[in-house]
Amino acid sequence: MLAGKSGVGTIQTHYMGEVIAGMCDFDPLRYQRKKELRRGTRAGSIAIYCAHEAVADAELDLDSADKSRIGIYLGITEHGNVETENEIYNIKQYDYNVDVWSHHHNPRTVANSPAGEITLNMGITGPHYTLGGACAAGNLGLIQGLQMLRLDEVDLALAGGVSETPHTFGVFAAFKNEGALASHPDPQKASRPFDRDRNGIVVSEGGCICVLERLSDALKRGARIYGEIVGYSVNSDAFDYILPSPQRQVECMNLALKKAGISVADIDIINAHATATREGDKAECQAIREVFGSNSNTYINNTKSYIGHTMGAAGVLELVGNLPSFEDHIVHQTINLDNLDPECALLNLVINEPRKIDKVDYILNNSFGMLGINSALIVKRFAG
Amino acid sequence: MKAEEIRSMIIEVIHEIVPDEDLSNLKPDIRIRDQIEMDSMDFLDIVMELRKRYGITVPEDDYMELSTLDSSVAYLEPLMKDI
Repeated sequence: MLAGKSGVGTIQTHYMGEVIAGMCDFDPLRYQRKKELRRGTRAGSIAIYCAHEAVADAELDLDSADKSRIGIYLGITEHGNVETENEIYNIKQYDYNVDVWSHHHNPRTVANSPAGEITLNMGITGPHYTLGGACAAGNLGLIQGLQMLRLDEVDLALAGGVSETPHTFGVFAAFKNEGALASHPDPQKASRPFDRDRNGIVVSEGGCICVLERLSDALKRGARIYGEIVGYSVNSDAFDYILPSPQRQVECMNLALKKAGISVADIDIINAHATATREGDKAECQAIREVFGSNSNTYINNTKSYIGHTMGAAGVLELVGNLPSFEDHIVHQTINLDNLDPECALLNLVINEPRKIDKVDYILNNSFGMLGINSALIVKRFAG
Repeated sequence: MKAEEIRSMIIEVIHEIVPDEDLSNLKPDIRIRDQIEMDSMDFLDIVMELRKRYGITVPEDDYMELSTLDSSVAYLEPLMKDI
């Protein structure tokens, strides 16, 4: 990311031909058998891959762990669209004869599916479910994991979010018809939050799962601690199906700050939600300006400019992309920002070049979604 | 379709359904599901493939006829003689 390189490309879809999208590049057979790939979903594959990588990175030995005390909490924007569209495409080849509709459709489309696939693959017997939170969902996975640890329902949470959304043409078509689908001759330049010429969302796959533990447990086992979740909030606009409410976003950020017991001057990085829609970016900038005002300690960036909008994974994935800043104090830039929209000209917006700052102790991540769901998460550098 | 062609077709379908399994030593007269890891949903995929590929509907009461390779061939041969 510090090299400023976008990962966005193109894919072929049913009915819409080639579209701009960000796709995960990994070998699913590293952790799954071929049969699991056939039975499961793309979201499940991404989730399983992330879960294994998270467990390996955390140096956990699952075989000696009590698997009934591990919970899996995954945010999703939507699930089941892909599988339903695939089946309709399938029966179309048979003149819509529903006798060839797959008996696998229901296990693939139940809303807990991506989280449940992890339990099947890893033999985890604690609770698993997904959290439907539109594009705020990635943060919801982390928040749910944290809450379940606090309630002593689990000892370990595999928490995050996942997206298989580029495989559903319907999301592209709806964004397009709503005037909110990104277009650009160069796919890598298509996702351009805060730019005057932004024209919508790049829909992407994505997955990100974190191992969450109570601090005492993490310390006891000598875990490498990437950060501490110290504040969070979720609220609702109660305003519109798609249009955001800056006022409720303000309240959401303020509530997270209050829960963390810190002030605006303590936040070193805001990782903005901005998806490169005209109204969405403007609203978030208005909200950030209202909360953070002329505070000069806080730097702002945007990760979607690299990877597009990873939907259910976005909050957690973008947050995790910023955690290295705790160590190197370098704030990754927002790329594709060639002509800053004056309405998005926030103080200390990190544009096109990374920025080295004196310290990074707190990162705030915003994630907002349709139907007016807002989430904010604050992570603190672990000071030992 | 002749008996041996039907047998090859069934093995090909099973391979698609359970791609991780080694089918080279599949005994023709022993229940398929006792020899490889194959659950009831996988079994339904065999029924589904017969329907999709050849328009053959296997009623639920006849599922037992598809339990071994030999019994499958015997059951399908008259149904597929003109295919």
